[in-house]
Amino acid sequence: MPAPLPDIELERIEVDLFVSALKRRFGFDFSEYAPASLTRRVRQMMHVHHCDSITALTARMLHEGDFVNEVVQGLSVPVSEMFRDPPVFRTLREQVLPLLASYPRINVWQAGCASGQEVYSLAILLQEAGLYERSHIFATDFNAAALKRAQEGIYPAKDAQLWSRNYIEAGGSQSLSSYYSARYDFIRLHERLRQNITFTNHNLVTDKVFCEAHLVLCRNVLIYFSNELQNRTLALFRDSLVRGGYLCLGLRESLDFAPAAADFTAIDASLRLYRRKLHPASGEPDAAA
Amino acid sequence: MQPPEAIAVGCSQGSFHALRTLLGGIDRRLTQTLLICCHTSGDVSALCDLLASHSTLPIREARERQPATGGTVHVAPAGYHLLLENDRHFALSVDEHVRYSRPSIDVMFGSATDVYGASLIGVVLTGANSDGAEGLARIRRRGGVAVVQTPEGAEAPAMPRAALEKAGADYCLPLEQIAPLLNRLCLA
Repeated sequence: MPAPLPDIELERIEVDLFVSALKRRFGFDFSEYAPASLTRRVRQMMHVHHCDSITALTARMLHEGDFVNEVVQGLSVPVSEMFRDPPVFRTLREQVLPLLASYPRINVWQAGCASGQEVYSLAILLQEAGLYERSHIFATDFNAAALKRAQEGIYPAKDAQLWSRNYIEAGGSQSLSSYYSARYDFIRLHERLRQNITFTNHNLVTDKVFCEAHLVLCRNVLIYFSNELQNRTLALFRDSLVRGGYLCLGLRESLDFAPAAADFTAIDASLRLYRRKLHPASGEPDAAA
Repeated sequence: MQPPEAIAVGCSQGSFHALRTLLGGIDRRLTQTLLICCHTSGDVSALCDLLASHSTLPIREARERQPATGGTVHVAPAGYHLLLENDRHFALSVDEHVRYSRPSIDVMFGSATDVYGASLIGVVLTGANSDGAEGLARIRRRGGVAVVQTPEGAEAPAMPRAALEKAGADYCLPLEQIAPLLNRLCLA
């Protein structure tokens, strides 16, 4: 009989097998996600779906029709708020948008948009800056269900109070309620905000450069990635941005272990607001060109 | 008994006074990693600044991807769950609140016990909710040591009481006696 293995070691094997099954069978690659949060989410799913073990969860995913959708849901970036961290949106409004105004066409990429709260926040900012008509927002996520929710733009009315406060703190000049209609316990953001938004599937782990962007927003997504994957994604953002284009990350994200950070300069480091360097740094593919 | 590698502390309502007392009593020779999860809505770096003059060990907000160094107090940032990777580096998450809290003590305790196993002391101090009880139970199941502030003397007794009900404790002590106990366990 083999020597007993501590539960925690056994669990690591089970998580690895789960990740491997998800990748080989369905093409979703979580192998470079940082293990602590990933393991926590897998455990949670195991409990929610009343599985006795992670292996049982894996079996269900492999054998049961569309159960994988639930799994993807459980592993996705969670819900955000409109104008979350208002000082960030205030700075985008006051310092970044006036500079983007010099471009005839403005492309914004919100990577990992989840249920879309920040996408609509951006649309409102652009509208109030008078730039929306010549802007296009690409809102991407690998989670099809989240994208669908983002596209619908319907949210619980109970969240609107906090979001209104955020909006005002972010320098909003109107009332947030002028951008949505309330019905029963829900609010729905106006169709005109959706006009120049494309919601589309993109996986930061496996997909490539997506558009030529002037501003990339990706907040609290990379915190779930390993250092290597974080760095690769940062390089992907660099290659998607025009020179001098802007990058906005989550407030507590750290780039200390990402060599690709050298290709950006901080506009406001405390707000995690960066700009792609105007001149190529040594490591960039077109440095020699 | 081997001295532990880390101490994880959870506190909520009344935490400033409690942390001031606790951190002021810690022996500065301690080489353990101290982790603190505290439910404050405010800025954690400001809290660290306020506590710095009372704490015998350096205290700072835990930063994403940075190592959990010994002889240092690391405080979970407001609005994020604090987790540890197996290589003893910090990770943050914006996953749903747990027991209405983010950071959640349960999440931090759970992650710390995954990494440190039996080499962890969990401490539950004053608070008006039940966060930390589940996490403390996990620490005990993995062979770690559980310390709970005596509910009767706590500014808010609900949290230590919940911890005692759910997890029990190896030591249940008034606030003033917790730092001396930790010193004894860690310098043994």
